[in-house]
Amino acid sequence: MPRIFVYIVHKAGVADDSAAEMIAAARKIDVGQAPVAVAAGWGADFDAVCESLRGSFAEVWKIGNEALGYPNAELVRPALVKVLPAGSILLMPHSHFGTDLAPGLSIKMNAAYAPDVMDIEVLDKTTLKLVRQEFGGQVSAHVRCDISTGAVLTIRPGAFKPVESAPANGTVIDQSAQVGVLTARRRYIETIAAETGDVDITKFPVLVSIGRGIEEQDNVSIAEDLADALGGAVSCSRPVVDAHWMEKSRQVGSSGKTVKPKVYMACGISGSFQHLAGIKGSPFIVAINKNPKAPIFRVADVGITADILEFLPELTAKIRESAKGRVSRAAIQARTSADESDAGRPVLRELVKR
Amino acid sequence: MEILVCVRRVPDTSENEIELNGSGDIERDDLVYSVNEPDNYAVEEALRIVEKSGGTVTVVTVGGDDDEEVLRREMAMGAKNGALLSDDAFNGSDGRGIAEILAGFVKKGHYELILTGVQADDGAAQVGGMLAALLDYPFASLVNSIEVEHGKLKIGREIEGGNKEMNEIDLPCVLSIQTGINEPRYVGMRGIRQVASLPVPTFGAPDLGVDGRAGSAGAKVRRMDYFTPPEGKGAEMLEGSTDDIVGRLIELLRAKGGVN
Amino acid sequence: MVEAIEPPSQVTFWFIQGRVLFWIINLVGSAFFAYIVAKRLAPMMRAQRDIRFDRPLARLGNLLKFWFGQWRHPRYLAAGIIHILLFAGFIVLVIHTIGLLALGTSDHPAPAGGLYGAISDYAATVVLLCMIVAIVRRLLKPARYAVPARYGKAHTADAIFLLALIALLMVADGVFEGGLNVSRWQHHLPVESTAVLSFAWMAQQALPAAPLAVVTNLYLGAYLVHELAFFFLLCYRPFGIQFHVETSLFTVFFAKLDRGTIKPVRYGVPDTQLDQVKSFGVKTFTDFTWKHILDFYSCADCGRCSDQCPANAVGRPLSPRFLSIKARDYCFQHYPVFGGARNGDRLAGTIYSEDEIWSCTTCGACEAECPLLVEYIDKIVDLRRGLVDDGNVPQSLQKPLKALESRGNPFGKMEKKRADWAKAANIRILNGDGGADTLYFVDSITSYDDRIQSIGRATAGILNRTAENFGILGTVEKDSGHDVRRFGEETLFMALRDHNTEAIRSSGARRIVTSDPHAFNALKHDYKDVPPVEHSSQWIARKVRAGEIKFNPVSEGDVYTYHDPCYLGRHNGIYDAPREVLDAIPGLKRVEMLRSRDRSFCCGGGGLALFYEPKEDERMGVKRVRMAAEAGANVMVTNCPFCMVNMEDAIKVAGLEGTMAAIDLTELAEKQMR
Repeated sequence: MPRIFVYIVHKAGVADDSAAEMIAAARKIDVGQAPVAVAAGWGADFDAVCESLRGSFAEVWKIGNEALGYPNAELVRPALVKVLPAGSILLMPHSHFGTDLAPGLSIKMNAAYAPDVMDIEVLDKTTLKLVRQEFGGQVSAHVRCDISTGAVLTIRPGAFKPVESAPANGTVIDQSAQVGVLTARRRYIETIAAETGDVDITKFPVLVSIGRGIEEQDNVSIAEDLADALGGAVSCSRPVVDAHWMEKSRQVGSSGKTVKPKVYMACGISGSFQHLAGIKGSPFIVAINKNPKAPIFRVADVGITADILEFLPELTAKIRESAKGRVSRAAIQARTSADESDAGRPVLRELVKR
Repeated sequence: MEILVCVRRVPDTSENEIELNGSGDIERDDLVYSVNEPDNYAVEEALRIVEKSGGTVTVVTVGGDDDEEVLRREMAMGAKNGALLSDDAFNGSDGRGIAEILAGFVKKGHYELILTGVQADDGAAQVGGMLAALLDYPFASLVNSIEVEHGKLKIGREIEGGNKEMNEIDLPCVLSIQTGINEPRYVGMRGIRQVASLPVPTFGAPDLGVDGRAGSAGAKVRRMDYFTPPEGKGAEMLEGSTDDIVGRLIELLRAKGGVN
Repeated sequence: MVEAIEPPSQVTFWFIQGRVLFWIINLVGSAFFAYIVAKRLAPMMRAQRDIRFDRPLARLGNLLKFWFGQWRHPRYLAAGIIHILLFAGFIVLVIHTIGLLALGTSDHPAPAGGLYGAISDYAATVVLLCMIVAIVRRLLKPARYAVPARYGKAHTADAIFLLALIALLMVADGVFEGGLNVSRWQHHLPVESTAVLSFAWMAQQALPAAPLAVVTNLYLGAYLVHELAFFFLLCYRPFGIQFHVETSLFTVFFAKLDRGTIKPVRYGVPDTQLDQVKSFGVKTFTDFTWKHILDFYSCADCGRCSDQCPANAVGRPLSPRFLSIKARDYCFQHYPVFGGARNGDRLAGTIYSEDEIWSCTTCGACEAECPLLVEYIDKIVDLRRGLVDDGNVPQSLQKPLKALESRGNPFGKMEKKRADWAKAANIRILNGDGGADTLYFVDSITSYDDRIQSIGRATAGILNRTAENFGILGTVEKDSGHDVRRFGEETLFMALRDHNTEAIRSSGARRIVTSDPHAFNALKHDYKDVPPVEHSSQWIARKVRAGEIKFNPVSEGDVYTYHDPCYLGRHNGIYDAPREVLDAIPGLKRVEMLRSRDRSFCCGGGGLALFYEPKEDERMGVKRVRMAAEAGANVMVTNCPFCMVNMEDAIKVAGLEGTMAAIDLTELAEKQMR
């Protein structure tokens, strides 16, 4: 088997958790091999990262270069090409950075490329059998990958469970000299932070998260009522932001916020991995969706096949009723008629199958 | 600015139910196809750039006769030229193969900017980056804003946390475009009819000088079959009347979630 | 008779002899007016063709009913009466006024006397009184006249100015006549009797003792004022809403005869040649037809259209009145009387916002109200055609349009599932073998929406019992395209229409029934060469009259009200058949909402209108269910699947769940059928 390298993503002196998942994936390729960590960067933070990696990797290849102070894939790529031996296998997370770096890297390394890998089996010395998803997660596919000239694989976050292993006490090998001068034809300017908005969803223990199933902006208040009754906040998936029904600051997912609530109610959310990537910790996940085959049901703890536009108001009403003593009918009626006056809660039935 | 946009015809996932046909492939009979959504955003962005700074937009796809319709649709949107890269020898290409074919086409022209959509239905998100590497052009993925400057572009990239990474990139370059960068204009039947008789030249393997790296012979990655994975434990589905379900859910929320 | 005062033609006014002076005023005034009219006609000459000279007898009928008969005016009673009196006064005074103008240039003038003279006097007095009332009304500012800030300043000052001028004209006339009679009386000459209590009479009574010099000055002064005021008004009117005094006759004569239809993309260009048309729809001003420009000139700014417009009522940026006024102002600016013409700007995005154009549900309330029969729907559709042609369609509409193109329905559901709802009910699919001659055209929403399928089942149930045999087109049916056309996608509409026409003709059907008023309207007006179509409520009413359908009584305690769907009621005049059906159900207590029949309030719109996301303060459906509650009803009977969707949602929003329910007429009929 060729040598397996794990590309380390790091930020502010800390290596990303994904490294452990990469090790697990590497084991599937060659169970006896200790993969090599390869990291690129510059400065004291970077030095600290490389040191910390010694605990999990037998070898840590350090690529230090002033131009690599900010992780610019256009500069990391030529550095890796110079450092990695021909025919190697490189693993990294399938993320914003991974998809920026890896495809071009595979060309420069003349290696095979397989993105967003969810499982790995070895068929023979030069062939892997991989599992990927297509069509937005609706079906899976088996893919044959020829690794005779090496391979670059990006790994689906969360697909490979980290394995327990003894601490490694590895060595850091400085490969910086091999790199030479790096010139950038793409230059980093700055990062514009996402607006924080009025509500910081990362601070709430309960999130009522809505997806396309909410159907229109006016229905968002249904979710707000439920969140209110549960003492939580409303978050959402990407399509809701794209449709301008909620602000970007409410989006949970790989291109949104990462949240660690205790309870996550996924309402009308299909469960794409980019969305799920934003949910950490192990919250109690309740999925409510009209489509019983929605991928979300594979990861939820509890599932309900229902139309959220009808189910959520019922749930809210019951919660309010059973919380802290009986609420009188008159109070409920008063609340309902007060609600009429704002932009309202129209409940246009599902007409578009999302 | 001469802009090339690489587009692809894909089954429209929002209007199709993707189902397996029992022999390892998906049921294709009732599929509705259209242009890959991110590619459409890319074409719209290209059109806006040329409307502001001059130039033309060319759309290209790798495929067969069926794929010509997406070229025409994008031409109806405003792209001046279309090109179909088609040859039996291209069948079975993997991502790199497609990139090689496209690179062969790029080298025949002079394009300052090459756009692709960030990913297609297979979620690979690979052709743009590969194309850039083959051409040795700078590359940026997940682009959600473009400003034209002299000899270069100022672009924004979507990164984790919803943040935006601003970069400067030299021309010529390759960019993969993220959805939401703009609001694509509508293309109606009339527009498509008006371009129905415009010429769309076809280029084969000899025209493009593509070696054996394209096609199934050169493919290092090959799909074996489609399947649905065994469900695993999955969620505990709550059944019964709405009242029952609501009641049970509230119990669970209290027990497992510490609510109320 | 020799008069005590010299007639105006003989008097010297400031060194000019009267006759010459008044010849000059008459000629210059008329010439100037002609010039202004020519300038106003100019953009109409550059505008698109319109076919409005056909069916002259029908047009004459309209003229008599709506123009001469002021038919629409009493719908707003107070203003209506004022206007009818005013209009009658003007008509009476036409001859009188011409005579008066001629008088200044004639050597032997004599004001008209006798019966006509008396009637004229009363007419003038009535007009004067109307002017006073109208001015007071303008000052009291009824809500209808309000001009929201974004449309500019209020029109009050201008309106009062014009009203005052007309009043001045009447006063001058009265003083002139009164003065002459006073002079005669003073000199013991025979006095033509003026009508008692008319203003002329009052002027006459006020002046008996005045010295001759004063009377003469008043007399001549009044004449001069009359002349000047007349020509000033004549030439001023084309610069504002008063132009309708002249243009109304033409606007009504040329008004659209075929309601429910939409104008072709270009008159004179058949569908098969549309590919040659460079640009679809209205993008710049002269893309309107000449009749539409005439409409802009004729809008009297009364605001009745906007008062009835449901979009306006819920706070959408659409106000039909301002569609006309803004276009008229644009026209005056770009095709001025003084100065050169400048065309060119796109209207959408400048005088009209895109949201404004997409906000219309084509309900027709504006057109049903306008006393001048000004048309709005064709203009909106043309504006939308222009937007679609430019690719400028909101994303919320692009999705259903794309689905209509690829799947034949706006929901994106699979074609092969279109008739699934019918399988369970064992409904026959027509295939041209003559098995059935009645076609039930289901259309998309009834086919695919879980809730609305029950209307399909109910309709089928009724047809089962009362038709010899019937069937549906099945999966070969596509959306009727009714709202595709009204949202400006003409090419897609034609494709759907042609496909369905072919399918209908191959089915062997000889009559069509549908429960969907949009489909009904399309099959009746938009489709050619298809068998005659009936709405299910008409079918049921017929069967009830023939005794073929009898009903069981409904349970006590419910109060029903019928909501007139726009495409059954206003656009097709079907108001009574559904009510007949309801009244044939024993024990059914029915009340009418205040706004019913042609004043019905749109539910929110159907077809593509369900997908558009407008900016509004409230939903139309919510307003409507509250109207039903106010009328004392707890069951709203709808007769259109889109009304049903909107009403059921509105009931939830308005918090009326449990107190109000909605049921379709076919559902109710089928349920109660014995």
